[in-house]
Amino acid sequence: MFEVLIDQFWSLTIAGVALGFIYVLVSLGYTMVYGVLRMINFANSEIFMWGTFGTIITSRDIFGYTQTSAPATGPKLALVLISQLLMSMAVAGLTAVFVEYVAYRRLRAKGTNRLATLISAIGISIVLSELMRLLTDSRPVGSPRVLEKIILGEVWGANLRLDTIVTIFAAAGIYFLLERFVKLSRMGKAIRAVSMNEDAAKLMGVNLNRVITTTFLVGGLATGAAAFFYITVFEYTKFNIGFTMGMAAFTAAVLGGIGNIRGAFYGGLFLGLLEVYASAVLGTQWKAVTVFIVLVLVLLFKPNGLFGEAVQTTRA
Amino acid sequence: MKIRNYWNLRDFGANLWENASRPKRVAIALISIGFVALLPFMGASFLATPIASYDAVLVYPVGMFVLMSLGLNIVVGKSGMLDLGYVAFFAIGAYTMAILGTTTKLNTWEVMPIGIALSMIAGVLLGIPTLRLRGDYLAIVTLGFGEIVRLVLLNSSWSKGPNGIANVPMPPNIGPLKFELENQKVFFWVVMAMILLTIWMIRRLTVRRPGRAWEAIRQDEDAAELMGVHTLKYKIWSFTLGAAVGGAAGVLYASKNLYIAPEMFTLNVSILILACVVFGGIGNIWGVVIGATILGYLPDRIRFISDARLLVFGLVLVIVMNFRPDGLLPRKKREKAIVKREANA
Repeated sequence: MFEVLIDQFWSLTIAGVALGFIYVLVSLGYTMVYGVLRMINFANSEIFMWGTFGTIITSRDIFGYTQTSAPATGPKLALVLISQLLMSMAVAGLTAVFVEYVAYRRLRAKGTNRLATLISAIGISIVLSELMRLLTDSRPVGSPRVLEKIILGEVWGANLRLDTIVTIFAAAGIYFLLERFVKLSRMGKAIRAVSMNEDAAKLMGVNLNRVITTTFLVGGLATGAAAFFYITVFEYTKFNIGFTMGMAAFTAAVLGGIGNIRGAFYGGLFLGLLEVYASAVLGTQWKAVTVFIVLVLVLLFKPNGLFGEAVQTTRA
Repeated sequence: MKIRNYWNLRDFGANLWENASRPKRVAIALISIGFVALLPFMGASFLATPIASYDAVLVYPVGMFVLMSLGLNIVVGKSGMLDLGYVAFFAIGAYTMAILGTTTKLNTWEVMPIGIALSMIAGVLLGIPTLRLRGDYLAIVTLGFGEIVRLVLLNSSWSKGPNGIANVPMPPNIGPLKFELENQKVFFWVVMAMILLTIWMIRRLTVRRPGRAWEAIRQDEDAAELMGVHTLKYKIWSFTLGAAVGGAAGVLYASKNLYIAPEMFTLNVSILILACVVFGGIGNIWGVVIGATILGYLPDRIRFISDARLLVFGLVLVIVMNFRPDGLLPRKKREKAIVKREANA
């Protein structure tokens, strides 16, 4: 039962960390919105899905790569990858702002109950995924390979593949940038102020609507970056791909303590590793069950998440 | 009392009912029940659904959605707990029917109490540890529970995994009423009877101790506890009753559909049922009935735009929620005011 885990421990760990960083970025989309609005951003999974399509369209339609063309090299490679990343972030960020504008803003202004907002968010996520389903005829879309999956070397018997390494370092870098933004910038300060105490922040002259739009935008940008890395590693997308990713990332956000950016980091990495190890020990089909059972246990015994500081107290 | 606003359907209906004498009330109830019972014969009118059989649409999704929404309404509407894993109980009921129906000689009516009991047990088992959590956390745990049930069904051999269970027996005929695949009127009447039973149960409970306890919990759980309401007990009761209704719907669904598979019990069903509850008017029985009827019926009615029908469905959800955030038929103003204050706090 544990042979696979022991045999391939290091290669599983590397895969888990790469997956974990993708989760970290997607769960930022959940956790930041939750921090500010105290509401689950239900449409984030669809924002991710739109991001994956943004990535593929860039390489396929703008740069003209096909399934058979040779992977890029040199400066061209960097150009294509960076424009894919930017495109994915732009698409996801704009989608997130659109979602906020359509599904959340009016209801927030009315100050109505949370359930109505939840249903409205569910409605917009149905619209987003159905629109993509119609556009793609329900077919899965493969991504042309831009980044060749060269094996760079071996560490403790584990292969270091170029795409996983790029994912780990670039995702960590983007996470770091976003964290700095929230920590140091004026807007980031406003975001944190609103998530601590909305009324007091308003009294101090914080423009609430702008803060909330920015939060959605930043969350969307992170989710979009994750979508790019996801495509680089897995090279495939479909209109309903957001669901599984959304569930996992949301679980990660809760594991780390939702509403807490650090928490998303730890939660995402923990979940990525847990998923990879669990599928090595129990088989891939039980992976999701393990994740949910851990989630339920964590919520029962440590409702503020495994690693996060007590969210309730920082906000009170 | 003078009716001030004819456009406020809820007040209009409530006034009509309050001003009526007892025989009048009985007459109103009987006429409405009779009208609903005759619905399956109106397939030729503008109600007809293209492509899908009209009778079948009335049973599933419409009838089943109404039944499950009423069950979920006990949990979400009456006691204010957000449950995103309601489909789990539906699945437990359906699989009880499918497994017992194919391996033993029990018929649908004999399996029904077993299915209900098993979903209630699952409700208690899930409720005892989780109902201490509140709000969004409870929503997440229940969502996780729903997914766990589906994934276990998908990956276990006793549930035949992704292949699902086929050849679930139909219910035995009740006298002259025959259950047939082509003609599902009898199924509709059975669902209608179950809906009436559930409505009766909710109305009875609402005016008695549990109903008042739920109302107190929904408005302010801490205050309720201070006033001596055993909150955990009543929350578990509410959860379990909701589970029982879901389980009953599941048993009937399995024996109506003759085939069940795990893919029928995804999170989407839970969300759709929740949408029915909120769309119609959370907490208000008639609002829930209307919301579930519309949301169950709409996708099949607009099948002529076949591919885009879910898109339209999503748009309808967004638009209605933005312009009528309390649902089509909201609950009484007095109760609503308190919910609003809570949301702003």
